[in-house]
Amino acid sequence: MAQAAPILSVRDLSIVYKTGRRTSVTAAADVSFDLYSGQSMALVGESGCGKTTLGLGLLRLLPRLGEVSSGEIVYRLKDGMSLDILRLSKEDLRRFRWHEAAMVFQGAMNSFNPVLRIGEHFTDTLRSHEPARGRRTRAEITERAEELLRMVRLEPARVLRSFPHELSGGMKQRILIALALALEPQVLVLDEPTTALDILTQRSIVEQLHELRERLGFAMIFITHDLGLAAELADRVATMYAGRIIETGTAEDVFYEPRHPYTVGLIKAVPPVVGDLPELCSIPGSPPSLASLPGGCSFHPRCGYARDECLDTRPELTVLTPRALDEGHSAACLRAEEIEYTRKVVARA
Amino acid sequence: MPEPKIPDPREPSPGEALLELSGVEQTFHTKRGDVPAVAGVDLTVRAGKVLCLVGESGCGKTTTARAAAGLTKPTAGTIRFRGADIAGLDRAGRQTFREAVQYIHQDPYASLNPVRTVYSTVTAGLRRHGRAADRADARRRAAELLERVDLTPAESYLDKYPHQLSGGQRQRVAIARALAMDSQVLIADESTSMLDVSIRVSLLNTLGRLRDELDVGFLFITHDLAVAKYFAWDGDIAVMYLGRIVEQGPTPRIINDPQHPYTKALISAVCEPDPRLARAKKAVTLRSSEIPSLTDLPSGCTFHPRCPLAEADTCETAAPPLAVLDGDSRRLACHVVARDHEQAGVG
Amino acid sequence: MSKGTGGTLSVMWQGITRSPSGFTGMCIVAAILAFVFVGRLTVDHHNPTDADNIWQPMSGTHWLGTNFEGKDTFTKLVLGGAEPLWVGALAAVVTVVIAVVLGALAGYLRGRFDDLVLQLTDITMTIPFITILIIVASYFRDISPWMVGLIIGLLTWPFLTRSIRAQVLSLKEREFIEAAQLQNLGTMRIVFVDILPNMAGYIFINFIIAVTNAIYAIVGLYLLGLLPSTAENWGLMIQQAWQNSAYLLPRALPFLLAPLAMIALFQVGLVLVTRSLEQALNPRLRER
Repeated sequence: MAQAAPILSVRDLSIVYKTGRRTSVTAAADVSFDLYSGQSMALVGESGCGKTTLGLGLLRLLPRLGEVSSGEIVYRLKDGMSLDILRLSKEDLRRFRWHEAAMVFQGAMNSFNPVLRIGEHFTDTLRSHEPARGRRTRAEITERAEELLRMVRLEPARVLRSFPHELSGGMKQRILIALALALEPQVLVLDEPTTALDILTQRSIVEQLHELRERLGFAMIFITHDLGLAAELADRVATMYAGRIIETGTAEDVFYEPRHPYTVGLIKAVPPVVGDLPELCSIPGSPPSLASLPGGCSFHPRCGYARDECLDTRPELTVLTPRALDEGHSAACLRAEEIEYTRKVVARA
Repeated sequence: MPEPKIPDPREPSPGEALLELSGVEQTFHTKRGDVPAVAGVDLTVRAGKVLCLVGESGCGKTTTARAAAGLTKPTAGTIRFRGADIAGLDRAGRQTFREAVQYIHQDPYASLNPVRTVYSTVTAGLRRHGRAADRADARRRAAELLERVDLTPAESYLDKYPHQLSGGQRQRVAIARALAMDSQVLIADESTSMLDVSIRVSLLNTLGRLRDELDVGFLFITHDLAVAKYFAWDGDIAVMYLGRIVEQGPTPRIINDPQHPYTKALISAVCEPDPRLARAKKAVTLRSSEIPSLTDLPSGCTFHPRCPLAEADTCETAAPPLAVLDGDSRRLACHVVARDHEQAGVG
Repeated sequence: MSKGTGGTLSVMWQGITRSPSGFTGMCIVAAILAFVFVGRLTVDHHNPTDADNIWQPMSGTHWLGTNFEGKDTFTKLVLGGAEPLWVGALAAVVTVVIAVVLGALAGYLRGRFDDLVLQLTDITMTIPFITILIIVASYFRDISPWMVGLIIGLLTWPFLTRSIRAQVLSLKEREFIEAAQLQNLGTMRIVFVDILPNMAGYIFINFIIAVTNAIYAIVGLYLLGLLPSTAENWGLMIQQAWQNSAYLLPRALPFLLAPLAMIALFQVGLVLVTRSLEQALNPRLRER
């Protein structure tokens, strides 16, 4: 399923937000990864860790006060040509976005225009990204919209005529996914696609995404704080803390053999629903403010494994198990080799 | 024997029923028609025990919780606190009820007054009702309360304003405020859903300590089954759908051996934080993903249009009662499952 | 704004000092207040009439010349500010206090009390404000300006009441208010100690606006010659200038223009301050 060369290459990407005339805060620092065609990667972290910023940065959709301060993002087109995303002109960027990579934003269910019908939303999107051969006709737009809605298992006739408030949260999320896939991009970025949805609706969105991936073969980066979602959808998981990726690996690596104390903490804080009651631990303290990060390893004040060197050396992401397709297991911890993850059972079902 | 007019004033013994809801209904009258948000709920909150109400949005769990807290008057049914009907309480009785049954809001960013310090917020009730001798006494009590909710060192928090605290800390202040009047029952509505995952466990542990050390009874509302499992493991869980309880029983049993088709669908649909479990799971597919509108409920069992077990003649005609299932501590509202169990079990 | 009342103060202070228009406004207001209240300690209150020196032009001894009685215009200007400003403040205080108490209680309690307050508000609003003032002033020939200030306050409260009520209506739905109700804290405590401090900035802004309105009203009355006054008073100065046809005499113009300028400047200053405060307290208006 995967090509020889990655479809998206990110190297040492750092993103800052301006907080004053001369001050700024680093929201994401030294992020590097490769994404291969058809791969699905979860960016996991809690609030304030920089995952949304990273997602927006990949498509250069940062808000006004945010900017990429260093690094590069290289995208490989189907014909083999490479695009330096950070250097693209406005025109080229418009052709890149939605055609090659698209995004479903967080809380986007609320950003539908309440006075426009869904059909008009589709028209808007399709009209702002006309194909090379020329303008689509009205009939072509309707046909494409219907096709997209059927793809996400919604009834086109009814949905196209409806206003956003007449539809449920789950339906709106599907429409957003359909809109993002309108031009058949190779990379889809989703930010918290199932937060605020009920359990049954979440499940249907997850099934939908599985199905779409099989059918269209796009690569997916999804941003979430929900470990359950990551376990369901991701081939690879990268955990972020204080703006950095602190562990990355396959889903099995990260869930069964986590090597960074934060990842261990996260997993130990969330029990599986069925089965016995495992021990649950919380991580003491709270995430640091990005404006005043602790020295050395930014996790050390909350870390049970912290030693003296952790206070002044920031650990680099070191490879523990190398693999192809950037699915190797790496962790940014000086004691990564020693981390042992065990889960005790507190009560049997 | 006449209904007691005042709540039982004695110290509650562990396991004693503190708050009892019988046939509680809450119907809202709107332009589009009557919305039966809660359509007949029976539940009991006991001292030192947890009852967890779970369900998807619109199932009526928050409405039930608010009625139980006395924030709204139910349109039918009774709510009894320590034996006395709260609708018939006099002023003193209402004060007693208020002090004993407290409600914790979901949003820690909205439940604290931004212009009041932690000390002021936590002790407002104490000072108002003359339970603190003087300012020094009030401060001491406040510090004690903060320590109970693991906000230490307590002194350092007393003079802080809400915006200086994190979400988890604010939630603890809200809990401390609720405890200030020696509450016996805490009704917590999604208290942890706005908190980060790593902080949730710590808060649940704090609540658990209150349950175990102070024998506080909990009515815990959540849509998150993992949270329900952890907090109510030794207690009961009740699953709600469209205003009714469809299944209720001890948590480990309900979660690992759900009997009601809706509960089965819910449990199988949860995304488990475990890749192998996730792959092994087969989610139950329901006949329809559309949730009926409360103004236009299906006839008979409201779940029947989506239920994989639905049988036209039984399920479309009558709503199933919440009945005990083979002498278990489990209660279930399903014609088909109840009948199958009877045929299989007895005899 | 959720930083305690101390925090609101600092937000407001920053809002004024960081915005050029706000800062200018504050400087103007401060300068005029100093001019009036500190200045009166330095000038000669006696300011004798001097029949030989009527309508003198601006000079070294008389910075703004003299008036029709030979009195020094500058002195009159300094002394003439106190009354309009004090009376304006009184009217504003009366208006704001009534509006806040009635509006907040009406918004919180709803029901019959709310209906009553709304009725009262509507009725008071229909009272023709200027007409009443004129009638009262004409009838009670020697009415004190303080009384007038009180009457202004009693007639202008309806407008503010409605907006205070609206704010309270929305604030009382907030969860921390429900939490306070769950503690049985009592209506008075909840309204005045929990709800109103959250509106402190808004009330302050409206207080300033009420001051500008009251000053206009009282100066207007003096202008129309309806309020006799022996005290020095900007409005009176303008009226006297008009009566004595000062507008025809170039060197008498200072007597007419100086008080006009003071009033106008003061109002402008207040308005600039109000605008920057509104921006500071309303996040949506804040310029990006």
